[in-house]
Amino acid sequence: MRTRVVVFPGSNCDHDAMYAVKNIIGEEDTEFVWHKEDSIGKNVDLVILPGGFSYGDYLRTGAIARFSPVMKDVIRYANEGGTVLGICNGFQVLCESGLLPGVLIRNESLKFSCKEVNLRVERNDTRFTTELGLQEVIKIPIAHGEGNYIADDNVLSDLESNGQVLFRYCDMDGETTRDANPNGSLNNIAGIISKEGNVMGLMPHPERACEAILGSADGRKIFESLRDYFSSPNGVAVTFKARPELAEGSRREEAPALA
Amino acid sequence: MQSCVKRSHIEIPIFRNLKFFVYIAIERKEAILDPQGKAIEHALGSLGFREIENTRVGKLVRLTVDANSPDEARKVAESASEKLLANPIMETFSVIKVSDSPVLEGVAE
Repeated sequence: MRTRVVVFPGSNCDHDAMYAVKNIIGEEDTEFVWHKEDSIGKNVDLVILPGGFSYGDYLRTGAIARFSPVMKDVIRYANEGGTVLGICNGFQVLCESGLLPGVLIRNESLKFSCKEVNLRVERNDTRFTTELGLQEVIKIPIAHGEGNYIADDNVLSDLESNGQVLFRYCDMDGETTRDANPNGSLNNIAGIISKEGNVMGLMPHPERACEAILGSADGRKIFESLRDYFSSPNGVAVTFKARPELAEGSRREEAPALA
Repeated sequence: MQSCVKRSHIEIPIFRNLKFFVYIAIERKEAILDPQGKAIEHALGSLGFREIENTRVGKLVRLTVDANSPDEARKVAESASEKLLANPIMETFSVIKVSDSPVLEGVAE
């Protein structure tokens, strides 16, 4: 799995992402790409936009990183079907780039939130989630001040009816309660995927939860899913496509009332 | 900025150096929650400002633009706002003043 981790000025989870993919998953062909590069290179399987505070979060989170020279190539790559994983600030960059819909704003509490949260897996038929169980509750840390996902009503109902929500904040029993939502995001959204199924963004940090000694190894399954996908593209059941019938199911929830 | 004056078939460039200060207000759309505004409103309420409601926090950006006219400066600022300064998903912007002075005054009508 040829992986490239983009480094913006202010990225601070780039080494964690590198460590997770290279040392834990064991994918040797993993390198950093500095934001000033105008290319991510050839035959890349996976691009990771890591967490951090690119450009000091000036103007809006991800707003300036989105115009970094390398992003032009990342956007091209994604539009051609390349696989992109945006974690935390990387998710914010993906939203600013228009590769994912919606936007992430200041946490409802106004506080920077740094803790372990429970996530409910909403789909395991994407290249990012095949190693996870459907509706499984996983434990992954968050560390953000602006993770409050919002989108207008049309976009939100599209996301839900297409089944593009991959992870929601939940309690230990998998209930997506308001108390379990650390930032006020609509419908407890923690992570979403593009319509085409190749771009995923999430606020929690799977790369920080890859070893039991760190409290959880659940995040590892996301990287293992990707590894499986790239090592045997036909052997993995990635059937993700827009599934309108999901809209009828129990997964669709009313947005929590905002105070 | 450069333009040319034709004088007996010889083009002589004239350099203009007009600078305009363009003030842009960026606001969150009404439908979008503004936690900062809410926190400030609570603080104002506890100071006794009961008559204040729906406090919203936005941004004021001042650009210094080389242009030949205030209109041209405004157009440049609008283009910059669309491209970068405001995110149309959650924000609106308006150019509130184009001035030759870097002091924001006289905006209120």
